[in-house]
Amino acid sequence: MSMREAESAAVVVSSVQRGDRTAVSVVSAALARIEETELRLHAYLHVRREAALAEAARLDHEAPSARAQKPLAGLPVAVKDNLVLAGAPTTAGSKILEGYHPPYTATAVARLQAAGAIVVGKTNLDEFAMGSSTEHSAYGPTKNPWDVARVPGGSSGGSAAAVAAGTAVVALGSDTGGSVRQPAAFCGVVGLKPTYGRVSRYGLVAFASSLDQVGPLARTVSDVALVFQVLAGRDPHDATSVDSPVVGRLATAPSRLAGMRVGLVAEQADQAGPETRQAVAEARLALMDLGADVVDVALPHGRYGIPAYYLVAPAEASSNLARYDGVRYGLRVAGRDVAELYLNTRGAGFGTEVKRRILLGTFALAEGYYDAYYLKAMQARELLAQDYRQAFQAVDVILSPTVPDPAFRLGEKLADPWSMYQSDIMTVGANLTGLPALSLPWRVAASGLPTAVQLTAPWLGEERLLLVAAALEALRPGGEAWPDPLASPGTSGQGGARP
Amino acid sequence: MILDNGAEVIIGLEVHVELATRTKLFCACPSAFGAPPNTAVCPVCLGLPGALPQLNREVVRLAARAGLALGCEVRLTSRFDRKNYFYPDLPKGYQITQYEHPICEWGALEVPLADDAVRRVAIRRIHIEEEAGKLIHEGDSLWGATGSLVDLNRAGLPLIEIVTEPDLRSPEEARRFLRELVSVLSYLDVSDLRMEEGSIRCDANLSLKPPGFSGALEDLARVEVKNVNSIRNVVAALESEVKRQRAVLDAGGRVERETRGFDEGTGTTLPQRSKEAANDYRYFPEPDLPVLMLDPSVVEAERERLPVLPPALRAELVGRGLTSKEAAVIASDPGASRYLARVLAEGADTRLAVTWMLGDLARLLNEAHVGYGASPVGPAALAELLQLMAQGTLSGRLAKEVLDRMFATGHSAAAIVEDTGMAQISDQDVLATEVDRALAQHPAAVADYRAGKAAALGFLVGQVMKATRGQASPDVVNRLLRERLAALAPSS
Ligand SMILES: [Zn+2]
Repeated sequence: MSMREAESAAVVVSSVQRGDRTAVSVVSAALARIEETELRLHAYLHVRREAALAEAARLDHEAPSARAQKPLAGLPVAVKDNLVLAGAPTTAGSKILEGYHPPYTATAVARLQAAGAIVVGKTNLDEFAMGSSTEHSAYGPTKNPWDVARVPGGSSGGSAAAVAAGTAVVALGSDTGGSVRQPAAFCGVVGLKPTYGRVSRYGLVAFASSLDQVGPLARTVSDVALVFQVLAGRDPHDATSVDSPVVGRLATAPSRLAGMRVGLVAEQADQAGPETRQAVAEARLALMDLGADVVDVALPHGRYGIPAYYLVAPAEASSNLARYDGVRYGLRVAGRDVAELYLNTRGAGFGTEVKRRILLGTFALAEGYYDAYYLKAMQARELLAQDYRQAFQAVDVILSPTVPDPAFRLGEKLADPWSMYQSDIMTVGANLTGLPALSLPWRVAASGLPTAVQLTAPWLGEERLLLVAAALEALRPGGEAWPDPLASPGTSGQGGARP
Repeated sequence: MILDNGAEVIIGLEVHVELATRTKLFCACPSAFGAPPNTAVCPVCLGLPGALPQLNREVVRLAARAGLALGCEVRLTSRFDRKNYFYPDLPKGYQITQYEHPICEWGALEVPLADDAVRRVAIRRIHIEEEAGKLIHEGDSLWGATGSLVDLNRAGLPLIEIVTEPDLRSPEEARRFLRELVSVLSYLDVSDLRMEEGSIRCDANLSLKPPGFSGALEDLARVEVKNVNSIRNVVAALESEVKRQRAVLDAGGRVERETRGFDEGTGTTLPQRSKEAANDYRYFPEPDLPVLMLDPSVVEAERERLPVLPPALRAELVGRGLTSKEAAVIASDPGASRYLARVLAEGADTRLAVTWMLGDLARLLNEAHVGYGASPVGPAALAELLQLMAQGTLSGRLAKEVLDRMFATGHSAAAIVEDTGMAQISDQDVLATEVDRALAQHPAAVADYRAGKAAALGFLVGQVMKATRGQASPDVVNRLLRERLAALAPSS
């Protein structure tokens, strides 16, 4: 097939708006691409073949003037399977929701649809978004398009792989501790975790409510910006959503960032492996070339990020996941009485990692432990927020690695939850503080795997974040053009590891 | 209440009141009662994956209103928390409530006791929370059920929980407190207060303080009787707890701190299964709702909109000449007090109005099971009736009959008098003829009277009344009879 999906979202949308191409042809190409890649990648849990084509046909039959009003007309998008969409099953990667059909649609998804986007499918994830590799999906792992022996990251691994493989131009993920940015980094795509509250969480299957945020993944910064503009804004269904829509068009890549002050978290850069260190060093130089001032900033309480995150997130999860009890929907495993019904259903329905976190969270909230764990974690969270506030008095954006190292091998960290948790060390800060952060692919390393850098901005600073990211993107090795992972030799095979 | 073994009864109450809003606490589902099961539901109150709560601000206003009426401080910032436990009527596996920072704190209710004494009961807090669903078991309980049905229409309805300090000293005081609380709430239009439909429920805490105990009340073994659904049952539960704890102490035992349930059938409390009682609720702040902020001007506006409440009203009524008992009865019921105010506004005599309201009208309302607000005889109509009596058009007896007809037909007193000719006959000429006829027809009675039997006069009055179908003015008949009898020569 032609690689038309590798075109930017803007090109696809304007061609459909003008009627140069039909939405049906765009969506058909995406569906064909899914068919072509799915056996190798397993990025999707559900493909909406008929519904997507029907919606595309409906769009094609609209008056050209109506279509021209839709900023995402005909755009094939993939949606993480923890965002509900009426008419399609939602599993959140869990056996406990197998066969569950939600009666309503998440606000973020509804906004994309109202803008003319066509949802081609629901993507794979770690069960209830708990994980960093998509290996904790109850429906089998997704593979990294750059090397099918490696993980795509997680928990939005399906969404990242779907975009990297060109089966969707844009995908929605959710980011609780790095679940958009880390798989974006592993799969070589751009991933944005917006400011907490800037995108509605209504219809996002809750993992940790005070940390969860819906965010877009796409191949380019401008594609992410285009979709973010549609997603952002107050939703009366989400009391924590912020009334801050994006006004006007987001700027295209500026050629200069003169006067921009960039803070580098040296400590985090030093903790990263050689390939990531190289990427951060190159990005730092590129920013200086653009005229930005780059200075070191410290996050003295950064080391409390992981412990605080692994108390707050499981605590909230233990409560959010209580509703899966076999009484109203999803899996039910009968028992002699209602207590046994609970035990049997939850015992059979949840995977090991989810159970581990429910237990962790239940202990953290238990009477007598609350002050020592949950409350302490919330205090650490506040200290971390102070660190960022302090840093943002001196700088406009912060540069850091997204992840210490490129994608690891399937199975490599499964037996060692602690080391899996550690890979979130550079991303949890944005969730604990609610700040917007973006992962930008940098170069393809000698290993053949993409590397990435992360940018973090102050509260509601997405516009600035996207501006700096776009400027950097234009200067990265290879520029905006980015290799098609599946087209490169050695990855089309059956998943042998690279040397 | 001090028992004969010297122990003092210590009682605190937690009263759950369902608020009367159009929609539920966190979603737009109607709060209508009696809809078919699971029809007033949506993703939010069903606890579907991904659904989020949206706070109904009307609930906040009503909670603040109740707090102000009970003299509480209304907090300008309060917070919601999650109370986590598993139960099939709780769709999310947690209840959204206010644990650490309730909306109202530190009020009091002055409860009238017998002999004009007053018990001041401190209100520790009032918080907002959501209602659970309803379970119908096939079998005797959830744990022994062969099957259970869940109706989530009620899930998510708004409640306030009013928590007192342990200031009550007997089951009787608890009864008086609850009656006073209900009557205060009934003036506020915050709740339908339908007991039989569960819009008020009560958890009652009771401990016995041994003579000479000098520690903190919190250190006493406290027994909580949960989820009792009428004032009568609360009193019965407390009385049975007093007896039970007393018996345990008398036998040399120790009262265990525990949660019990009330069994209406036996009128006693029973230990709840430990599975239902033992719970660590793992409270933590509700991350889906921002801190609840109240504008001080909103609170002040609500304060200004408070009606005159029973304590002030009772004082006012006593000042107008009502007995304290009459004042208590009328002030306890907003329908009655509004009714009385309107009757008096029509110019009726206070004494006459109160007597008739609490007498014959109350009897009719009771029989018809309606309140003063829905009385077929409105305040203006009653005032008119009282006016006809004052004018002498109707005797008390006739007025009673006219009231019955007014109640049954909704017609005015004047119309009924006109239609039935029930007006009192005071015309001396007409009555003189009747009196003479009675004297002529009953010479024996005349003789008896003259022989000193005063009761014979009553008989003769009765004969005249009978002849006039009760319409004769008893005063005039009496006077005429006496005059005639006196004019006869005394017997020799
Ligand atoms: Zn609802």
